[in-house]
Parts: sequence; C-alpha cells; structure tokens
Amino acid sequence: MKPAPFDYYAPDTLEGVLALLGEHGYDAKLLAGGQSLIPMMNFRLVQPAVLVDLNRISDLAYIHPGDNGDLLLGAMTRHFQVERSPLIAERTPLLHETMPHIATSQIRSRGTFGGSIAHADPSAELGAVSIALDARFKLVSQRAERWVLANEFFIGMFTTLLEPDEALVEIAFPTLAPRSGCSLVEVARRPHDFAMVGAAACLTLDDKQLCSNARLVFLSVAEYPVEAHQAQELLVGNPITPDLIRSAAETAAANDTDPSSDIHATAEFRRHLVKVLTNRVLQNAYEKALRSA
Amino acid sequence: MSKLYKLSLTCNGQGYEREIEARLLLSDFLRHELDLTGTHVGCEHGVCGACTVLLDGLPVRSCLMFAVQADGHEVITVEGLGTPDDLHPIQEAFWEAHGLQCGFCTPGFLMTLIPFLEDNPSPTEAEIRTAISGNICRCTGYQHIVDAVQLAARKMSEP
Repeated sequence: MKPAPFDYYAPDTLEGVLALLGEHGYDAKLLAGGQSLIPMMNFRLVQPAVLVDLNRISDLAYIHPGDNGDLLLGAMTRHFQVERSPLIAERTPLLHETMPHIATSQIRSRGTFGGSIAHADPSAELGAVSIALDARFKLVSQRAERWVLANEFFIGMFTTLLEPDEALVEIAFPTLAPRSGCSLVEVARRPHDFAMVGAAACLTLDDKQLCSNARLVFLSVAEYPVEAHQAQELLVGNPITPDLIRSAAETAAANDTDPSSDIHATAEFRRHLVKVLTNRVLQNAYEKALRSA
Repeated sequence: MSKLYKLSLTCNGQGYEREIEARLLLSDFLRHELDLTGTHVGCEHGVCGACTVLLDGLPVRSCLMFAVQADGHEVITVEGLGTPDDLHPIQEAFWEAHGLQCGFCTPGFLMTLIPFLEDNPSPTEAEIRTAISGNICRCTGYQHIVDAVQLAARKMSEP
C-alpha cells in the first residue's frame, strides 16, 4: 500500500510543466490535488515513472469574470475555494450547489476543479455539471493552445481528449441565460460516497414559459458523463408540465442511458434511478427557472 | 537508493529539515521521520479520515499527500493540540463525554473538528454530523462523538 518510486518535479511555472510533459509524454502524470491520483498510486493501480506537481504554480488558481462575460476558473482552484466563492454562488449557483456533494471536506481542501475534470472518474459530479453548464476547457502544450467543449472532452473510463503533453489550465462557464434554473441530484448510500446515479439539469424558459433550452446529464451511468439527447429534445419548445417531465424521465431511462451492473448497483436499479432522478432534477430546475424570472 | 528530495517544513510550531524519497507519504513522514505517531493510518486511500492533519490551517488527508509537497508549509498534528497535563478543551470534551473507545480514529476527528469549530462555534447536531462525515469510527456509533463536539463547543465559547 505504498507508491512505487518515481521521479518528482515541482516547477514553479507553467512553462516548466509543459517542458516536462513535452519531454516525458506518457511516462509523466500531472499531480494536482492528488485526492484521486494518490489513492491509485498507493494501491499501485498506477505507477507513473514521472510525477509533475502543479501545486507550486501560483497563478493557476483563480475565479474571475472573463472579458466576454464568461466566468473563468483556473484549473488548480481547490473545491473549498469554489465552495466559498460568492461570485460562484451568484453567477453559477449549480457549481455552488454541487460542491458539498463532492467527497468530504478534507478532500475538498486539496482536490482541484481541473484535477477532477482531467481524472474523469465516471462518478465525478464536475464532469456532468460542466456539460450541463456548456463549459469549455482550455488545454495547453508546448505545441499549441486549444479550447474543447465539455460535451466532447470525456471519451472513456478515466479517458479524455488530453494529449500526453497537454495540461488543462482553465475552465470557462458562459453566463446563464435569463429565466434559467439548474439542479443536481444524486443517490449514494451515504452522502459522501460515490453516486450510484446522479443527474444534473439546466432549463431555460422563454417569455411564454416554454422551454427554450434543456441540458440533462447523468453521472455514474456509463464510462463517462452522458447527455440525454432524446429527453432534451422532448423538452425544448414545450411547456414543462408534470406529464412532460415524466415522459422525459421515461425517455432518459429507455433511450438515452444504458447502465451496467456492478457491486454498488444493478443495471435495473440504475435505470430506475435515472427515471426517479430525472423527475426530481427537472422539477427542481423548472421551479428555479420560474423563480428567476 | 532512490533520489532524495529536500524538505523543510514547520510542524506544531517547530521547523524541520529532512531529505526524503518523493514517494514518502506525509502520514508516514510524520510518524516515522518525526516520531509523531498520533496521526494514524487506517485505509491509505482517503476514506477513513484517521490520518487527518492541518495543512496551513486546512484539514487534509495526510495519506493523500507526499511529504515533499509540504515543503514550505505548516502542519499541525494532534500532538500540537495539547499535552496530557494540559489538554485542549476539545480533548477534555472527548474524554468527559466518552467520545472515544479505542482512540484510533480520534486524532483524525480532533483535527477535522478544530477548523470546523472555529468556523461554527455553535453547531447543530446536523451540522456536526455533516462535519464528521469524512471520519469513520468503528467503536462508538458516533453519538458520544456528537455529544463531545457539543460539549467542546460550549467549553470553547467560555472566556
């Protein structure tokens, strides 16, 4: 239960980090909060030859508005900083609401937003929430800089579009449209356990209270967060009635998700949870959208 | 022999300098290099909370940090709270309210509770239970731990 030996670097600039990634490629792992990576190293599930520690870089943790009105988060922003941020509570309340669901307070002292996104645990809340909020991720390497949409970023179990020489440095959240409401619900045995199933939703209403935009994203139903496209299509353009919510829940469970069984929950139970949580999360999001009008 | 890295940190107010392997966990550093065995190792994957210490005032899992990462930082362990002759009020409260049996989980609870009580001097039972949800106890069933926290809060609010 102790990690295998590795070479360790703790540069104090991003350039230093990118040079090391450029040199070592697949042999190197980035160390952010370490709250997911270090348990895996302690179990020797991963044994990176090289560890590049991001924690000495002072300017990768920030929360501030961008020039175009987006809200920008540095990748090394710790969960507790997001939890305590008045700007986040005001501009992206779904993020504020998500934080207490992430593990426990001690984990949130060290864990980072970018680390959670890059690690891409299928049960992670932040991946699903980022998709629900139409977030974009800034990836940099010595070669180039690029922005990737959250809904394209997660491609497999613990697998993302990050190249071996790339680092995720910033997350951008567009401003929520007026008359929008968002919610996250999850079911876990105990509040801080990994979710058996979780659902994040954002609904926007037009001035006739018809749904003009809908995002419904699930965590823990597949190897990566799953956007419920057919359920979303059912909602857009229509009044959000209890019957429509129920139909969306049925569709999400029958057509948009196909969970498997594991030691925590059976596929049948997960499908049932998809239905139940869709009902709850859409109801919550709708009520918040009405209140925000 | 693996490469050694310089480490210079403050623990319980005292400065230490050592050379260590990068893979040495902070929990093992505290226990084996500094002989501060009050920090306990339960699961080594971040779920039990027995290894909780304060890093720059924040509660962290010392099994989920490499000691080298604490270079330049301030660590407080349970040994920094009080001594047998001069217990911290939270230690007195755990003793008086029978908030421990075997005591294995207790240092982790105490270090989690110190910043919690600073921010929440008069917590409700529900708030206490949420605050301790990252610490596992196999002995007590938690009720006396909750009692101890309420007693500690009362003690710590007395001038």
